[in-house]
Amino acid sequence: MSAPKTLFEKIWDAHVVKRTAGYPDALFIDRHFIHEVTSPQAFDGLRQRGIGLFNTQRTTATADHNVPTKDQHLPIKEALSRHQVETLRKNCKEFGVDLYDLGHPYQGIVHIIGPELGLTLPGMTIVCGDSHTSTHGAFGNIAFGIGTSEVEQVMATQCILQYKPKTMKIEINGKLGNGVVSKDIILYIISKISASGATGFFVEYAGDAIRSLTMEARMTICNMSIEMGARGGLIAPDETTFNYIKGRKFAPAGVVFDNKVEEWKKLRSDDGAVYDRVLTFDAADIAPMITYGTNPGMGIKVTDRIPTVEELKEISEQTSFKKSLEYMGLQPGTSLLGKPVDYVFIGSCTNARIEDLRLVASIVKGKKKAGNVEVWIIPGSKQVEAQAKQEGLDKIFEQAGFELRSPGCSACLGMNEDKVPAGKYCISTSNRNFEGRQGPKSRTFLASPLSAAAAAITGKVTDVRELV
Amino acid sequence: MKEKFTTLKSTGVPLPVENIDTDQIIPARFLKATTREGFGDNLFRDWRYDANNQPIVDFVLNNQKYAGKILIAGKNFGCGSSREHAAWAIYDFGFRVVVSSFFADIFKNNALNNGLLPIVVSDQFLKQLLETVAQKPNTQIEVDLEKQTITTGEATEKFEINAYKKTCLMNGYDDIDYLLSLKDETKKFDLAHA
Ligand code: SF4
Repeated sequence: MSAPKTLFEKIWDAHVVKRTAGYPDALFIDRHFIHEVTSPQAFDGLRQRGIGLFNTQRTTATADHNVPTKDQHLPIKEALSRHQVETLRKNCKEFGVDLYDLGHPYQGIVHIIGPELGLTLPGMTIVCGDSHTSTHGAFGNIAFGIGTSEVEQVMATQCILQYKPKTMKIEINGKLGNGVVSKDIILYIISKISASGATGFFVEYAGDAIRSLTMEARMTICNMSIEMGARGGLIAPDETTFNYIKGRKFAPAGVVFDNKVEEWKKLRSDDGAVYDRVLTFDAADIAPMITYGTNPGMGIKVTDRIPTVEELKEISEQTSFKKSLEYMGLQPGTSLLGKPVDYVFIGSCTNARIEDLRLVASIVKGKKKAGNVEVWIIPGSKQVEAQAKQEGLDKIFEQAGFELRSPGCSACLGMNEDKVPAGKYCISTSNRNFEGRQGPKSRTFLASPLSAAAAAITGKVTDVRELV
Repeated sequence: MKEKFTTLKSTGVPLPVENIDTDQIIPARFLKATTREGFGDNLFRDWRYDANNQPIVDFVLNNQKYAGKILIAGKNFGCGSSREHAAWAIYDFGFRVVVSSFFADIFKNNALNNGLLPIVVSDQFLKQLLETVAQKPNTQIEVDLEKQTITTGEATEKFEINAYKKTCLMNGYDDIDYLLSLKDETKKFDLAHA
């Protein structure tokens, strides 16, 4: 009998092409996603070396980070952005990579289209030049973000050099309360362990509260693993996973699918497998969460107060804490409830799947947005957009005074024109509240789609449990 | 071939802020270039310039007193986005070493892949280095990659670096050369994982 292994170790070990003492492991990569922002310099590198992709079939491209969310059928107005997207087109054509370009029915945010198209499967190794690649881990695979030099490595060699990270298990047991969703779970965990609490680790999420979640909800959790410093997060696949994959465009079908499912069922941590760290939380303790500061670890239950300087765990945090609250225009020790917001952003690879849009619709149906807020809903993909329209969600949004735009990363990172103006508050379903993330001097409150929808209706930070 | 790194003697620039994320190092709106050059102009853009593009005098990079090839920053440096542009911007600006008590993983890899040496020191050493340099901007700091030491005046600390990455930095090698040599083994995996 070999020693019991964690799921992470099983997948990792199955992909080691070469292990040499003193060297990082050369890891085989099954699936590589690319987009316009972090790929051009990698393609240039290939050109300089005079080589092509190792296997074009394993790479899929889309345009998402730097695309307009209005009038996507027109040429992109801003010259640099247009050039970036045109460069992607040119590169994909020259190197023979499949591209889901603007206007294509499969275009969308890279981490949303992978699962949606059945390109993301259990047991794989997946990389992309974007830190939220961890999203794909919801299917029980090893998925992590990489830099552009590594993008070039994977294109050229289908391998990446990596040190095996440590493993952490985070177990959430029990039942979630009313108005509490998966975004709250992950914001809660990060607030407990801090924005660097899992650096150097790969996290496996487990426990019955995780098991009861849909694939969409699991993706939200794995997505934000990086916000506590982890390289990635994963969840062992189960029936929920297999049902989601079945029938997707590029997923295996028929007998092949059935055989695959039998293989995938083995993808679980062995009894007695040892993790470097184990944390356990009780779902009943989780409430609707909101961040008040400028890193995702600075979060509280919406009904709690912002901590005071004295309440901080580490003295070394004081300077950053003060700087952060000053940036946010907030006072230590105060509550956020009732704080007026100016913008509501519903989007990003964290929360722009169909289920997220349904959550929003469930709150706003038959209601109107408050006069002081502007609401942007940016679906995660063309397929999400089409589905929302088919279900009539677009009508609900329109009646509420929301704008349903076209897919892209949008105000998650503010690379295109969707920027929150300086000093304005935005309650956002995205994943980062860094200074200036949503536009220079913009102020971000991270929250769930339910909480964002509630704020859209009331015009201020609201405990969504009062509306459900 | 990348620039080789062996030893460095330079003054340093202190930036005693924790959790500096890559959005601060290079904001997303400056990621539109399709080459690696020129990102240094926008390094720490929103800390360096105000809304009217005027330099913010308090910010350390605008302070004539401080210069050098070593950036010294608070813990958890480089967290957030995986953008390699952050490492390019720091390098392009002229830094060759970043010292902190803790680095985010992806940033560390990106830095090492671009000839920028991230040095992890103890909290104690970092605190002292930040104070010394803030008070005496002309303090010389010596980095010896072979010996894995960082020294200022009396204080020396040994730092860890992976043996493979050390070899790459000292010789200017990159990972692709090594991985390309594994082509035949990789082909087998490519077929087996179809
Ligand atoms: S939505 Fe935001 S976090 Fe997700 S891929 Fe786009 S920029 Fe990255």
